[in-house]
Amino acid sequence: MLLHHTPYKTYEPFIGPFDPCPPIKVKAYSTPPNLYIQFQPPGWEQFSPAEALKRGTLWPALYSPYDPKYMLNPGGMGGKEGKR
Amino acid sequence: MWIYEKKLQYPVRVSKCDPRMARFLIEQYGGADGELSAALRYLNQRYSLPDKVIGLLTDIGTEEFAHLEMIATMVYKLTKDATPEQLEEAGLGPHYVNHDRALFYENAAGVPWTASYIQAKGDPIADLYEDIAAEEKARATYQWLIDMTDDVDLQDSLKFLREREIVHSLRFKEAVEILKEEQGKKKFF
Amino acid sequence: MTKKPDEKYYKLLQELQELDFVLVELTLYLDTHPNDLEAIKQFNQFAQKRQQKARAFELEYGPLLQFGHSFSRYPWEWKEAPWPWQV
Ligand SMILES: [Fe+2]
Repeated sequence: MLLHHTPYKTYEPFIGPFDPCPPIKVKAYSTPPNLYIQFQPPGWEQFSPAEALKRGTLWPALYSPYDPKYMLNPGGMGGKEGKR
Repeated sequence: MWIYEKKLQYPVRVSKCDPRMARFLIEQYGGADGELSAALRYLNQRYSLPDKVIGLLTDIGTEEFAHLEMIATMVYKLTKDATPEQLEEAGLGPHYVNHDRALFYENAAGVPWTASYIQAKGDPIADLYEDIAAEEKARATYQWLIDMTDDVDLQDSLKFLREREIVHSLRFKEAVEILKEEQGKKKFF
Repeated sequence: MTKKPDEKYYKLLQELQELDFVLVELTLYLDTHPNDLEAIKQFNQFAQKRQQKARAFELEYGPLLQFGHSFSRYPWEWKEAPWPWQV
């Protein structure tokens, strides 16, 4: 019914020769599930009430994670270059 | 009419006295894409929208007031017992001389809330597209707020609020689908 | 007199917040899916559960709603702290 979509996308900003700050090589932005749904179909699987409150939605398919550690350094591993 | 309920929509915990973060959070209290703007935008637009979507705007507008109260709770807890020196260090010196620790509808830069943050065009598609944009902007603001703190309890409440923007955005999108619908066509994709 | 917040207060409050959150989600969903019978059944079922939970909370910790949607004992309980942002 629903294809799995990645919660983030990335791009590589242009690095100019005279940019004074250490370059951010990879930047990420959030692409939450609502972008891929035009109209929610009935009968979707639900979280338990406790889990729903914790997550902020009743439906797992609408849940969108947000990890600041990843967002601030999507280039991953080695180096601090992704840090803002 | 509205009935007040003496409870928060979601538990708000903060784990340290951090007036600096309170100053940033004020963006979602009295800023352009904040919860006050959201509540007032939807509850005002609903008077001139088709009956089919008035219920949705009423309910989302009402939920936004619950979010406003959560933001207020965060700011209250983060500043409650802070000394004037701590407030000044956090950049809240100008706020303190004008308001003490009182909350004020202003953004993170201290600019007071204004009605020009919100629009009502009377055209249902224009208004709903504004609402979708507003939800996405609020989602982004919550992301940058989450980035600015390492307090996991505070992050937890902010993540809840961010997720609500995603659900609201989808519902507004569905409202557009309902209004543009051709007779007899199916709307699930 | 109503009780001050204790462990049970937070537990009951959390349970009520959970039920009410399901109701918020179903409300917004039903606003755009008015013909989903299963969702309406679930909504009504949770509306009943939340009433029982709210009643249990109010018996110990005082009224949640104003203007006659909750009862009061003597003396007038509504004005008692704590308010939601204080707990
Ligand atoms: Fe919202």
